[in-house]
Order: sequence, then structure tokens, then C-alpha cells
Amino acid sequence: MQRHKTRAGILSAIFMGFGQIYNRQFIKGLMFIAVEAVAIIYFISNLARAFWGITTLGESPSRLEKVKGIAKMVPGDHSIVILIESLITLLFFVLFLIVWYMNIRDAYKIGAERENGRPSHTFTQSLRYILDYKFAQSFLLLPGLGILFFTIMPIIFMIMLAFTNYAAPNHIPPAKLVDWVGFETFRNLLVLKSWSHTFYGVLTWTIIWAVLSTVTTYFGGMLVALLINQKGIRFKGMWRMLLIIPYAIPQMISLLLMRNLFNGQFGPINQYLGFFGLDGLPWLTDPFWAKVTVIVVNMWVGIPVSMLLIMGVLTTIPRDMYEAAEVDGATNYQKFRIVTLPMILFSTAPTLIMQFAGNINNFNAIFLLTGGNPVNGNYQYAGSTDLLVTWLYKLTLDQNKNNMASAIGIILFIIVAGFSLYNYRRTKSFQEEDMIQ
Amino acid sequence: MIIGRKAANFIRLCLSYIVLVALAVAAIYPALWILLASFRPGKSLYSKTLIPETFTLSHYKELFTSPVYMFGTWYANTLKIAVFSMLIGVVLTLLTSYALSRFRFKSRKTTMSTLLILGMFPGFMSMIAIYLLLKEFNLLDTHLALIIVYAAGAPLGGTLIAKGFLDTIPRSLDEAARIDGASNFGIFTRIILPLSRPMITYIALTLFVGPWVDFIFAKLILRTKENWTVAVGMWDMVNTMQNSNFTLFAAGAVLISVPIMILFGFLQRLLVDGLTAGASKG
Repeated sequence: MQRHKTRAGILSAIFMGFGQIYNRQFIKGLMFIAVEAVAIIYFISNLARAFWGITTLGESPSRLEKVKGIAKMVPGDHSIVILIESLITLLFFVLFLIVWYMNIRDAYKIGAERENGRPSHTFTQSLRYILDYKFAQSFLLLPGLGILFFTIMPIIFMIMLAFTNYAAPNHIPPAKLVDWVGFETFRNLLVLKSWSHTFYGVLTWTIIWAVLSTVTTYFGGMLVALLINQKGIRFKGMWRMLLIIPYAIPQMISLLLMRNLFNGQFGPINQYLGFFGLDGLPWLTDPFWAKVTVIVVNMWVGIPVSMLLIMGVLTTIPRDMYEAAEVDGATNYQKFRIVTLPMILFSTAPTLIMQFAGNINNFNAIFLLTGGNPVNGNYQYAGSTDLLVTWLYKLTLDQNKNNMASAIGIILFIIVAGFSLYNYRRTKSFQEEDMIQ
Repeated sequence: MIIGRKAANFIRLCLSYIVLVALAVAAIYPALWILLASFRPGKSLYSKTLIPETFTLSHYKELFTSPVYMFGTWYANTLKIAVFSMLIGVVLTLLTSYALSRFRFKSRKTTMSTLLILGMFPGFMSMIAIYLLLKEFNLLDTHLALIIVYAAGAPLGGTLIAKGFLDTIPRSLDEAARIDGASNFGIFTRIILPLSRPMITYIALTLFVGPWVDFIFAKLILRTKENWTVAVGMWDMVNTMQNSNFTLFAAGAVLISVPIMILFGFLQRLLVDGLTAGASKG
């Protein structure tokens, strides 16, 4: 009885790739050895500092020192740079551990196969195996890496910030150090009167906004798509083209433009109302009307997207379903209710949820149109139309209250993600996705 | 009261046309307004009439000749960034959505849920981290940085939509090809890709439009004026001049919007005429 699997496994655990070479898989072995060599060089110079950095967030603030009688500013540790550098190193380390584990498992598995009398794969055979059976995983590898570094890493970073005291005026590097403070920021946000009043107020408006803007654009888009797709409507292409125009104009432009159109004093909309002898409305300066305006303008921007999407879905609905319905004598409305609507909902449910989530975080619509204004005197750094997301923008970039902004971001994220995930798992396209065939 | 089928149909169509005309006017009006403003002499935002009394091209000329606005350079930059991030982004999105739609593996549902959740994190909250990350790799103020970040983020936005679409392509087509000896990769390129042209178009368009619209992130990364994208340039124009030169802004807006609209014109047939409807039957 040969003990290939244990031996190969242990060898690979000692140094990556040794087990593969023991299994006579030389190319694979050399590749693993190269990975480990690079990793060792990288981690020797970085790993200890990463652990130090993430626990202490830097130890020496910048200070004045006398050099030859002249006071000179000596730069200290920049807590935030240290934090992110440590984070990157640790992420690489986790990746390395995963590769290391896979390398041991691989050596062990191949060793076991050899014990059962099967020769180990050649390199070409291994490639074939991956292409045939691990296709999905290898397809996901590249996008996965991108997401890890440009989405997950920043998220971890922001979550960490919420537990520090990184805020103006006392803890802004490089002049001052930043420290871990635990849940203090969250406590201030939820309990401290000055913050919590703003938080709950802005949260309420955020939810109202998200519901209204999603519903209006989705059903608006569906209505338009169905209108154009009706039998007997001529120049379908022309209508489509005309109605897509708002989508083709970059949002930044159209929202800045709308800001001018809805200008209370000089804007054309109020001028036209004047022609009809009506008083103009304070579109952007009154808290209530500002809210109405952002929703109306958002419809203008958002309906074409839903329209396009739903038109795409309409073309995928098999003709024979309608033919069957017609044979049974269904009216237009019945055909819509029994065939069209369920099919649209089935295909777009994930999109609908994403749109809802997107609207909770719809930064552009608010920021470019009203900038969160009109000002609300009762709020901490927030205006009447500010969403949580624009409020936290103001807190970060205008006020430097980074820890508070991160805490808001986390709460926002938990609300959105929790709700959407719960919903998404309930949609048919998640549960019974194989049934549509 | 019984209305004849024909009459009912006629009323329905009439009402539909009225609604469509109203919607079309609402859709076009702001676009028309900004287009006409761009030809209006002077700088003011306010005008008595929609159609200007005299037309001028001076604002367009100024955009390209003025030493203050490097509109041509910004334009080329944006085009480059948009094209590359679109190409890479589409490939990445297709990879993930194909894998998630057609293969059943252990962590599949977790992956889907993770994608959904990650897509909800307030985007610019991660900007500070990405900024520092790019600084680490010496990529600040480069277009490559923007391309990488836009492309890497593409699967988050598009995968679930694309997957929903791929799910509607009948599995029987794959299976038939597999019986004929096609490999996974062969099925992907020969069957899935041609059939998902409408979806690819949709995703490509959204990814192309993204860099044109985005100014917060581009503004953060691109520091020197000659590296700016049009969005950053236009934002700067509005912000520094407080709308005092509205007609110039209008001209820039037209120049940004027109190519995207032309693109739409060419691609909208593809967008809408799904090729999948009859594929299974044929």
C-alpha cells in the first residue's frame, strides 16, 4: 500500500508545488513553486507591517522638531494610508492562503488517485478537465478578481472607517492620528438627538423617494412599451426613437438642464404657466414642490430605460402563447393579464429590485437637480430633498465627517441589501429558474 | 350599448396616438430647447421665445478654439475610455452571466446573491478606497485607471440582467450542440453569443454611456485638465461660471448627446428585435 496522498499533501503543505512534482506533474508543480516564491518575497517585506498597521493605525503623529535650532515639521504616520495598505496586503495574504489550500488539496487528490492505480493527468489533460468540468469557475475567476479589489476591498475599508474617529476637526491625517473607537459613531447617529433627528427624517424621505420613483418609471415604461407595441400602431420605430431621446442625453446634462427649466423665477415652465394666467410654482425652492419636481424629472429620465427593457422582453414572449389565448377567446386585457404581465414580471423582477436599490442610492437625480436643497434648518448638514446617499456625500466631502458617513453608508447598505436579497430570493427567476424553458 | 369591434379598435388607436404624441412632446421638448439654445447668440439662459431670432455657430467654434476649453481633447479622452471599458466590461459581464445561467456548481446561488448585494453599496463611498488603491499602483490621473474601474464594476450592474436573458434561451439548443460534439466554449461562441445580441447591445450601451455620464469618480481620478473627460469638463464649466455662459454649455451638451443618440438609432432594431423568439421552433 503506497501512501501517495499523505506524502503529496504534506510535501505541498511544506512548499507549494512539491506535492505536484512528487506526483510527476512538473509544469503544474513549477507554476505553484513560482507562485510561492513571489509570495514569500512579497510577504517578508509587508506582512508584519500590515498587522501592525491594522491594529495601531499608526503611532507617531506629525510633530514639530528642532533641527539645528529651526523648527521643522516631521511627517508622522498617515493612519488612513496605513489602513488601506495593510488591508491590501492582508487581502493578498488571504488569496495566497486559498491558493495554498487548493494546492494541498490538489496534491492530496491526485495522490489518492495514484494509489488507486490511475496515473496522474498530464498538463494537457488537466487543462481539458478544467475546460470541461470546472468551466464556470474558471469563467468567473477574472471578473471575481476585479470585483474583489475594486468593490469588496473598498467596502471593507469603508466598514472599518465607521469604527474609527476619522472626522474633522480633531482626527484628520496627516496632522493627527486616527484611532479605533468601536460603536461610538453608530451610537451617536442613532441616539444622539442632533444626529438622529436628521437621520430618521432623511431615511423616511429616502424610502418614499425610492418607492415612488421605482413605481412611476417602471409602470410608465411598461405603459409606453405596450402602447407602441400595440397592433395597428404605425411608425413603431419612430415613436421608439423619439421616446428614447431622454435616455440618450447624458444624465448630468439633462439634470442640469432641468434645473434651469424648473427655475422658479426665470425658468420656461413658469413662463408658460404665466401665459395661461397661472402663478408659477416654487419648483425647486419649496420643500414639498422640490420633492414633486425630483420625482417628475426622474420619470423623464427613467421611463426610457424601463421602456427599452420591457420592449426587449416583449419580443421574447413566444407568439404561440398569444395564439393559444386567442383561440380561447381572450380579450386584449386578458391577454395582457395572463400572458404579457407575468412574462414581463418574470424577466424583469431582478431588474425591478435593482432599480429600487438603485433609486435608494440615486445620487445623480438629487445631487444634480437640487443638490439636496432647499435647506432645512432642523437638519445637520442636510437639506429637504437629501437622500441618505447625498447626505453622506456632504458629510464626507464638505464636512469631513468620514466616520459618520461610513456609518450611514453601512446602515443604508444593510437596509437595501437585506430588503433586496429577501425579495430576490422570492422571485421566480431565482427559485424556479429552470421552469421557464 | 354595443360598440362594434372596429369602432372600439379605432377609438383605442386614436387615444393611443394622442398619448404617444403628448409623451413624445414631453420627451423632445427639453432636448429641443437645449439644441436651440446652443445656436442662440449671447450667453444668457433666458430667452423670450423658444426659437431664436438669429442662429449662430459661434458657441461651437468657441468650444474647440478657446484656450480655456479643451473640448476636442476631452471628447477624444471620453471616447477612448468609453470604448475600452465597454469592450472589457461586456466580456466580463458575459462570462459571469453565462457561467451563472448555464452551469450548476456549488456556490452558484451564493455568487448570485453576492453580486446583487455588492451592487447596492453606495458607489462613491468606496471611492476614497479606490483612490488610495490607484495611488498605490501609480495610476492616478491616467485613463487606464478609469477603464479598469469601470470594467471591473461592469459585472455588478449587468450580470443579473444578462443572466435573466440567457435563461430565456432554450437549453435544448445547448444540448443539441453538445450532442453534436460542441465544447463549452464552442456553445458559448456559436450559440449563446449570436442569440444574445439584443442583450449584449443593451449592456454595451449602458457601459458606453456610463463613462459619459460619470463625473464624480472621473473628477476624483483625473487631475490635469488635458486628461479630463467631457463630463468633468462640462461640470467644471457649469460650476466655475455659475451658468453665466449657458449657451456654450448648451453647445457642449449637444456635442455630447448627439453621438449617443446616433448610436441608439443604429442599434435600436437590434435592441428590440430579440432573435430568440423563434429560435427553439426553427
